[in-house]
Amino acid sequence: MTTIPSGARAEHADPPPSGANRATRSRRGPMTPTRAARAVSLFGPLTLFVVFTLLPLYWMVVYAVTPTNHEGFVPWPLTGSHFSSAWNNLGFAYLFRNSAIVGASTLVVTVILALAAGYALARFEFRGKKLLILALLCTQFVPGVVLLIPLFQIFKRLSLIDNLLSLVISDTVFQIPLAAVLMAGFIRNIPVNLEEAAMVDGCSRFRSFLVIMLPLLRPAIVATGSFAFIGSWNNFLFALMFMNSQHNFTIPVGLANLIGEYNVDYGALAAGGTLAAMPLVIIFAFVQKYLVQGMTAGAVKG
Amino acid sequence: MTHALTVDAATMQRRRKFNYAPYLLLGPTVLLLVAFIAYPIATVFYYSLQHYNVTEPWYNGFAGLGNFTQLLFRDSKFWSSLQFTAEWVVGEVSLQLILGLALALVVNETFRGRGLARAIVFAPWAISGVLTTEIWLLIYNPVTGLGKLERLLGLGNGNLAPLATTHGAFLSALVAELWRGIPFFAILLLADLQSVPQELYEAARVDRANVFHRFRYVTLSHLKDAIVLSTLLRAVWEFNNVDLLYTLTGGGPADSTTTLPLYIAQEATISHNFGYGAALTVAAFVILLAFSGLYLRLTRFGQER
Repeated sequence: MTTIPSGARAEHADPPPSGANRATRSRRGPMTPTRAARAVSLFGPLTLFVVFTLLPLYWMVVYAVTPTNHEGFVPWPLTGSHFSSAWNNLGFAYLFRNSAIVGASTLVVTVILALAAGYALARFEFRGKKLLILALLCTQFVPGVVLLIPLFQIFKRLSLIDNLLSLVISDTVFQIPLAAVLMAGFIRNIPVNLEEAAMVDGCSRFRSFLVIMLPLLRPAIVATGSFAFIGSWNNFLFALMFMNSQHNFTIPVGLANLIGEYNVDYGALAAGGTLAAMPLVIIFAFVQKYLVQGMTAGAVKG
Repeated sequence: MTHALTVDAATMQRRRKFNYAPYLLLGPTVLLLVAFIAYPIATVFYYSLQHYNVTEPWYNGFAGLGNFTQLLFRDSKFWSSLQFTAEWVVGEVSLQLILGLALALVVNETFRGRGLARAIVFAPWAISGVLTTEIWLLIYNPVTGLGKLERLLGLGNGNLAPLATTHGAFLSALVAELWRGIPFFAILLLADLQSVPQELYEAARVDRANVFHRFRYVTLSHLKDAIVLSTLLRAVWEFNNVDLLYTLTGGGPADSTTTLPLYIAQEATISHNFGYGAALTVAAFVILLAFSGLYLRLTRFGQER
């Protein structure tokens, strides 16, 4: 909380420089009072934020890689025993497999549906388009917990309870609206002439989409696919409600059960958490640069 | 062939033939949304008028407004959960906004290693509520966390257990949720900060506006719509967010950290009292709708000041 005034100070001491200033600033020069003030007001709060972000993760990793009853917070000596015990004894082998299956399926279905829907929204004028976009955005206000009971009833009728398919469906349904709106934005940014040129050359509309558009849409596919995967990988309530048998649990459900146990093996729990975080960190590194534009397109633009 | 690709309205008008393509492309998506979002929402209202408890099937049947009268007049947990929901949402959203704006301002500056710094501080955005619980539990737990630190530093007996007390549990959950909530605002507001025209700052400087005025009248007024929309989205999101509380505090101690949606989730997953859970859901809907409408009106969203 101490970061509030210092964060504000960063702005006050040094408001965003103009384009001309920006260039000179990045060069190294003598330490003037302004530069010193800037260093403190910028790197002070930045350090606090970085430490606040990394410390909990560090704490977890230390428990994951050091032996049980290890004192102190230095990650030495190292051991891999917690990882193998999490993987073999705590069931992370199948938790991981289930989450990967559901995540990958959600990703694929969401991207395909988003490509189709996004293309329609970006390239065609049709009746009810405005209403549809509004409806897509409104789904962002529908909480998962609201659908918990009715979706359970639906899946029960479809005999999909305790079947990973119910998770793929419910995860996709929650990811698709934002993915479609995002994809439409990306497609709109690609000039129509490119497609038209291919069609003049004798390509069908579908073929010209495959040949011309898909390669250009790679960043969009990476972004929407990653969002869908992360959303699915992290989904807890649906998996908790729809899966009954242990061999169908996903990572969040498995983690939640471990947390709730009375006698927890903290090392193994930390190792499991580290394993669960790993794919997220890797994917996040890829999509990080699309995050800013992605979230604005989804949340702010109508 | 090219005539199929119509973008301008004039061509549209000329072409009389009905174009099926967009409907075919959107069909599967719309079907999924209708079947698994719109229809389920409609059935919630039906279930809310039923006695429907999986563990006591002999009572099942039409309940009329029974669930609602119980909720309004005989359920103190409903009212206490509402109060905590308000505290939770207001506390989380305001702190996340202030700290997220501060973070956005910091990483909007130009400095060496900015890309890496952004990647690090935005990362908790991708972490789930359950994983956040796991991570922070290692800190809150007396054996592995602050208690151990206390013992190692010789500051106390190592019994520091923030989750055991009402006040501590609230603060613990608040901090853990802040950890993964700040990046949301930082990411969204950073995008808008990047679009502030630099001329505005120049003009303000020419007018001898001091740093506070520049921040207040240039930065903040430019960010206004983004702030209104992101706080609304986040308020709804934090209202609905049950993963962290479900696993970190379980709504306790003594229901003190139970939000309304957490209460719903417990009715669904633990008590299997679907009828009453549906009635609580309808209440949550009404509250969300009223809140969103009121918020947009009060903040005069989209209007120039």
